[in-house]
Parts: sequence; C-alpha cells; structure tokens
Amino acid sequence: MNPVAEVVVPVALLLGCLLTLLAAVGLLRLSDLLARMHTTAKPQVLGVLLSLVAVGLQLHRATDVAMIVAIGAFQLLTVPVAAHVVGRAAYRTGQVDPSVLAHDDLADDLARGERPAG
Amino acid sequence: MNPVVVALCVGMLSVAALCALIRVAKGPTMLDRVVALDVVVATVVIGLCVEAAANRHATTLPVIVVLALVGFVGSVSVARYAAKESDEERGKR
Repeated sequence: MNPVAEVVVPVALLLGCLLTLLAAVGLLRLSDLLARMHTTAKPQVLGVLLSLVAVGLQLHRATDVAMIVAIGAFQLLTVPVAAHVVGRAAYRTGQVDPSVLAHDDLADDLARGERPAG
Repeated sequence: MNPVVVALCVGMLSVAALCALIRVAKGPTMLDRVVALDVVVATVVIGLCVEAAANRHATTLPVIVVLALVGFVGSVSVARYAAKESDEERGKR
C-alpha cells in the first residue's frame, strides 16, 4: 500500500466515526428539533464523505472508485434536501417554538401573504 | 489495516447508534424520530465503509447506495405526511 494511503485511511475512518459519535451525543443532548437537525447533518455529509475517501484509497479498480464518487455526490445532493423538507414540515406543523428563533423571516412573509421561499 | 483502528471505529459507531436509537425511542415528535433514524442510517453506512476499507473489498458498495437512497426517500416521505400534533401529544413531552 502506498505510504500516504497508509496514514490517510485510518485517520479518515476515525474522523468519520468521531463525527458520528458527536452527532449522536448532540442528538441526545440538544433541546429542540432544529438544533438536533443542525448536529445530524455532520456525519451525514462530512463523515460519510471521509469514510468514502478511505474506501476509495483502499480499492484500486476504476469501477469501484466511480461508484464511490457517485455515492458522495448523491449524499451532497440529498442530505440538504431532506433536512430542508423536515425543517419545513416542522415549521408548518407548529413544532418549532418561535421564542427560540432570533429572527423569523418566514413568519413575516407568511403574515404579508406573500409566497414564501421555504 | 491496524486492528486497533477498526476496534476504535466499531466502538464509536456502536455508542453513536445506541444514542440515536435512544432518541428514536424517546421522540418526542415524529420528525425527531426521522432525524434520529437518518443518523442511524449514516452510522450503518460508515460502518459498512469501515468494513470495506478493512477487508479491501467492494461487495458492500451497492448496499451503501441502496441505504443512502432509502434514507433520503424515507425521511422526505415521512416529513411530507407530518401531521399537526394534537394538544394531548404535546402534553406528554
């Protein structure tokens, strides 16, 4: 194995696992849905990408690496979309406490009857 | 690969999955459970990556693709049909 991969692979795997652990602890300890969504995006994007980099360095066939790149791109596309949809559903069903928000732009838009961006 | 690294990774992932599952059990709302289940799926994906990197094979890559896809479709569809909570459900928090 080439010497760079020998260092990068374990470091990337450990970082990915550490991010997952931090996110899970945040999931338990943070108080409301929006805060929990903030902490869970980390393992889903950076953690998965780091572990995919580790797998990609271990495998040498071009088809495997292409699949790994596709998985990474798919994660980058879908995770923000899923988070957005969950946040939107939470806001629209009244599960977000307005008192924890510093400023609520969406409420202003909704009150004015404009078509909101979210 | 160094077995100590693999053991550390497996340990951290196990604790993470346990924490996420506790959040799935506690709720309190359906959307909290969806967010927690996303973390469970990410944990499984990273675990499969660790296994593939440790054993240097690519047989689990299609499984990772399917898990990523199902996780996305699942959370979007549950969020799509999220209903307003009734007052008695709120009182249980």
